[in-house]
Amino acid sequence: MVKRLNRLAYFAAGGALFASLAVPASAVEVTIVSGDTGTAVQNFKDLVKPWEDETGNTAKIVPMPSSTTDQFGQYRLWLAAGNADVDLYQTDVIWAPQLADHFVDLSDAAKDVIDDYFPSIIQSQTVDGKLVAMPIFTDAPALYYRKDLLDKYGKEPPKTWTELAETAKEIQDGERADGNADMWGYVWQGNAYEGLTCDALEWVKSYGGGQIVEPDGTISINNPKAAAAVEEAASWINTISPEGVLAYMEEEARGVWQTGNAVFMRNWPYAYALGNDDSSPIKGEFDVTTLPAGPDGGSPAATLGGWNVAVSKYSKHQEAAVSLAMYLAGPEAQKERALKQTNLPTLVALYDDPEIAEQQPIIPRWKEVFLNAVPRPSAPTKGKYNEVSSLFWSAVHNTLAGDGTAAENLEILEIDLEDLKGSGW
Amino acid sequence: MTETSSALPPATGGGRERSLEDQRRRAAFWFLVPMLVMLFCVAAWPLLRSIYFSFTDTTLDNLYGGKWIGFDNYLYRRELSSGRVLWRGTLADADWWNAVWNTVRFSIISVSIETVLGLLVALVLNARFVGRGIVRAAILIPWAIPTIVSARMWGLMFNDQFGIINDMLLKLGLIDHKIAWTANIDTAMIAVLIVDIWKTTPFMALLCLAGLQMIPRDIYEAAKVDGVNPVKVFFRVTLPLVRPALMVAVIFRMLDALRIFDLIYVLTPNSAATKTMSIISRENMIDFNKFAYGSAQSTLLFTIIALFVILYIWLGRVDLGGKDAR
Repeated sequence: MVKRLNRLAYFAAGGALFASLAVPASAVEVTIVSGDTGTAVQNFKDLVKPWEDETGNTAKIVPMPSSTTDQFGQYRLWLAAGNADVDLYQTDVIWAPQLADHFVDLSDAAKDVIDDYFPSIIQSQTVDGKLVAMPIFTDAPALYYRKDLLDKYGKEPPKTWTELAETAKEIQDGERADGNADMWGYVWQGNAYEGLTCDALEWVKSYGGGQIVEPDGTISINNPKAAAAVEEAASWINTISPEGVLAYMEEEARGVWQTGNAVFMRNWPYAYALGNDDSSPIKGEFDVTTLPAGPDGGSPAATLGGWNVAVSKYSKHQEAAVSLAMYLAGPEAQKERALKQTNLPTLVALYDDPEIAEQQPIIPRWKEVFLNAVPRPSAPTKGKYNEVSSLFWSAVHNTLAGDGTAAENLEILEIDLEDLKGSGW
Repeated sequence: MTETSSALPPATGGGRERSLEDQRRRAAFWFLVPMLVMLFCVAAWPLLRSIYFSFTDTTLDNLYGGKWIGFDNYLYRRELSSGRVLWRGTLADADWWNAVWNTVRFSIISVSIETVLGLLVALVLNARFVGRGIVRAAILIPWAIPTIVSARMWGLMFNDQFGIINDMLLKLGLIDHKIAWTANIDTAMIAVLIVDIWKTTPFMALLCLAGLQMIPRDIYEAAKVDGVNPVKVFFRVTLPLVRPALMVAVIFRMLDALRIFDLIYVLTPNSAATKTMSIISRENMIDFNKFAYGSAQSTLLFTIIALFVILYIWLGRVDLGGKDAR
């Protein structure tokens, strides 16, 4: 009963905003664009079925490349042109300040349910008092490890990066000697794109090297701890990580991991359900833990990710679009996504859901991780975040590729960031 | 009849002829107008507008609200309170010059190799052999595949773990470990070049073949009768005669190569080793919301291409009117 009422509340909330307009309720097609990572696009039809049945509207998904950097460029172009073909955008957690002007304020539609969400996430999507997007799932990366291989070599899941490198090397060499020449120790996201900013922020933060640009706007990246962290990562290339990681994004890393050719992988929780799929060769053979810590009592760090849905100001079906946004962010859709795609919910209550806990044990365990996750500096750097991120990932990518040392590249990065900052972000 | 025409003063007859000429000219003009209007709308207007944007501080979020700022997007001098002097703008941007260098390097290498290979292929196709029609059609396949598809396809073939290129090279014993073709800064450009050459050689071959077919057969027969050796025939007869067509083919390819975008954007995104001028200008315009700065870069790209083409036509005495080809 409570559940039903709750669901009604979400629909009512979605409709309330435009009810006063008294538009005749005719069925419309609502278009949503979304990146294509994992199985989200395939599952979309089932996911929106209840909403379609309830409202009589239909929802169409337009898949985009999985790189968030690529998606952003396209979305910005559409929004700048006032494109009315797309009603809903699935947006990355970092985009809110940059795209706020193009989206509808959802605070009225969400006012009855807003307290059900984690306040920090709602905060991240609120720009100048305007709720830009509804969070549909949050993200914090995990260290995936092969239980079977660790048991075989009598190892524990690593607590520090150094341990990770040692364990990875030993198992990788052992497995290669046993005949699997394609075995690698550790795969992650090293391509020059937003994902590398996430990976590298974790290394730097876990070494105590700050978070690139601090919340108060200070540029902190040029310090010995940050340099040591990036230097350590560079030492993995060609030892425990294939040189190809320099071109890997999430799905490339998962490709190596899920064919059974990696001991460790850094990836987001979505890879958990896929790895345990019936067709996966490593089904049931792996587990997850938090990412390793830096040396000298450093603590692990996880970059805060997450996706939201925002309603375009230029949409011709705003009422239906708001209703779909509220549904996609609502408990029913979030639970479905948690069960099928191991997407972490943004609704506090779902972490205590017994069904989720049983089928996807990673989710209740991840609540703590993401509560302590480190945000990328999108809030302090505002509209310049993309450029900050691009400068950062380029400096890191150069170091990883052997073009200059970490200390040299971070020194230049600091100057570039200072120039970019100018008199203020 | 004869009387009337002879009675007319010659000047009048000339006048009528001239007015006929005028009429034809006017008709031709009116026939051309729709095309000129079209060209203005789709080519000249966007170009002028983009040049205009490069002198403003326009952002993508605010396309109509930019202010005129002169040459600041290109170059300006800033003196800091500490007395330090900073040069800003595209012309002082190291990333831009890296992109220029990448583009020029890519264009020269790819077009040179494509020209040589294309000519070789054309020579083969020009010979008479059984099944020539099928071979001619088959060789065009790489050119017919959309760039985005071939870039993705080659991306998979270049994959370091399961790519077929590494597998073949390993089996042949040419390499001893798998190479991350698109990730490694030393091989990224090579990978891009391989794909571009694979894709565009057929186009070059086609243009060369058209040139070869214009050469009269009897020249070769005469050479054969005189017993001139084939290498000499190629350098003394074929090459000079095919040169006008070849020069035009090279200019088309060069124009294409200098503005390369899609192949690199898909195959090696964001790699500093392969970023070209058009990639970097798109990045500034869209990703970084610096529309005016990106416009300045695309204006420079336009200028560089224009200068290059003028220089090439002038130095190479390329005959674009087609008068020498006959």
